[in-house]
Amino acid sequence: MTFGTKRDCTQKIMRTVLLVSALTSVLIVVLIFVFTAGRAAPAFHEIGIWKMVSDTTWRPGSGEFGILAMIAGSGIVTLGAVLLGVPLALGSAVFLAEIAPEWIAGAVRPSIELLAGIPSVVYGLFGMAVIVPMVRTIPAPGNAGYGVLSASVVLAVMILPTVTSISELAIRSVPAGYREGSLALGATKWETVRRVLIPAAKPGIVSAVILGLGRALGETVAMIMVIGNSAILPAASTGNPLSIFLSRARTLTGNIAVEISYATGVHESALFATGVVLFVLIMLINSSAALLLKKGVR
Amino acid sequence: MNRRKLSQNAAFSLFWAAGIMSVLIMAVVVGYVLVKGLPGISFDFFTTSPRGGLSGEGGIYSTIVTTFYLVVVTLAFAIPPGVGAAVYFSEYSGSTVGSLTGKLVNLARFGVDTLAGVPSIVFGLFGYAVFVTAMNLGFSILSASMAGACLIIPVIIRTTEDALESVPSGYREGSLALGANRWETTWKVVLPAAFRGISTGILLSAGRIVSETAIFFVTLGGSYRVPHSLMSGGRTMALHVYYLAMETRAFDRAMSTAAVLVGLVVVMNLGINTITGRITGKQR
Repeated sequence: MTFGTKRDCTQKIMRTVLLVSALTSVLIVVLIFVFTAGRAAPAFHEIGIWKMVSDTTWRPGSGEFGILAMIAGSGIVTLGAVLLGVPLALGSAVFLAEIAPEWIAGAVRPSIELLAGIPSVVYGLFGMAVIVPMVRTIPAPGNAGYGVLSASVVLAVMILPTVTSISELAIRSVPAGYREGSLALGATKWETVRRVLIPAAKPGIVSAVILGLGRALGETVAMIMVIGNSAILPAASTGNPLSIFLSRARTLTGNIAVEISYATGVHESALFATGVVLFVLIMLINSSAALLLKKGVR
Repeated sequence: MNRRKLSQNAAFSLFWAAGIMSVLIMAVVVGYVLVKGLPGISFDFFTTSPRGGLSGEGGIYSTIVTTFYLVVVTLAFAIPPGVGAAVYFSEYSGSTVGSLTGKLVNLARFGVDTLAGVPSIVFGLFGYAVFVTAMNLGFSILSASMAGACLIIPVIIRTTEDALESVPSGYREGSLALGANRWETTWKVVLPAAFRGISTGILLSAGRIVSETAIFFVTLGGSYRVPHSLMSGGRTMALHVYYLAMETRAFDRAMSTAAVLVGLVVVMNLGINTITGRITGKQR
């Protein structure tokens, strides 16, 4: 148009620089995918994707790279964490959103948020010092305390703040008219919570649980410290099927972290493949949570 | 009527129990670590380095130095693209809906959301594949901080965006009406006004780096020596807790290091709450 002044010039340069910054995340995601999948390709090629995810034997020394045991390990630990942690988290969320007087909620909320800031290695240490010895007192053959149950308890505490705060937000964002309408019709406060608020906040609550699931699946160090790290399919040691929770196990994340520093060749590639499986699982979980959240907004 | 009242009381006492239980859990975790860890902390604990080996003797000096370097270098990598992206999303992307740039903005947003969901061990694998091995930087602060930056860029973007959006639009309109262009408005009006909120996000990201273990477990090497350059490996305080607990007999020292970490996290949280409290207080 006209001669660009120095000001216009800076303006244009900065717009481009900022747009490039905005695209950095995309670049990183692409690089992560390309490099992780690239390094995993030899394992997928030599062993076969299906064979890897359906075989339970992980014995790098003799060239066996089945990761089903670790998929099951991650799965059962996450399940345990959800069973233990979600009821408590939802209870706390309802408490904070609807029941607690404002000054109590104002003290409880930061306490729960503090749990989110505690390093995972500290949870692992706490698990080793407190949870594992407690679990060890359960009489069962071969129970050393390290295993699925200890890992689930530790994880349940770790997902508590995530699930609580997102669920509380979901309950709070139910339009006030719903609450008032229900109360005006003669429902008690509890009936309003149960029949109106929780159903209305359901998409948000479900996505909170799913995000907690994602966090649980991605946890690494705390798991290594309390789960026993045996690359075996978790199994019941006695007639009681619940004793499966006393079994040692290994998670997908732990498999990578424990072995990557000394792995070479196909073994290393198989660990990258473990990473790809984990990445895909978590992407699926997170995108379903995002989808639900969008639905909830409508 | 009585039964309805009764079931309300029963349900509400369960909710109270849940709330109290959550606070108790926090108190037990933090309390246990502090009570067991603090007695082992002395002045020497901070000023001597770990001696290595099975006994786990020595303090945590070198791990403090490594943690500090790592936080500074990681922030240096993450702040420019993080804040830049947030500024673009908040200040520039409004008028682009429907155009080609609009599509790029959607793509960029998708990238940020995806990045925020990547599990940290995958960042570790990525750092190991690209920085440690392919670029041949080895286990070093440089490799670890680039991998760590990927973890905190989404955090910085989100918190900065929130901070920018809480700047009243009148500031921008006033500046634009006085003849400043979009960039001058952003640089001289909006960013200074959002400074506190942005600092909160940066403090939060620093906390994430201090707390993170998985990424650095596979990119930082774990040497217990004091790092002397960006190419040195090392171990952060969090990593030191792991090594002490898993590979030495010094469980008490692991607990003391954990107590230092927990203390740091509590102080940082208080700091963040004070800053954000002041912001909201100011707006009222």
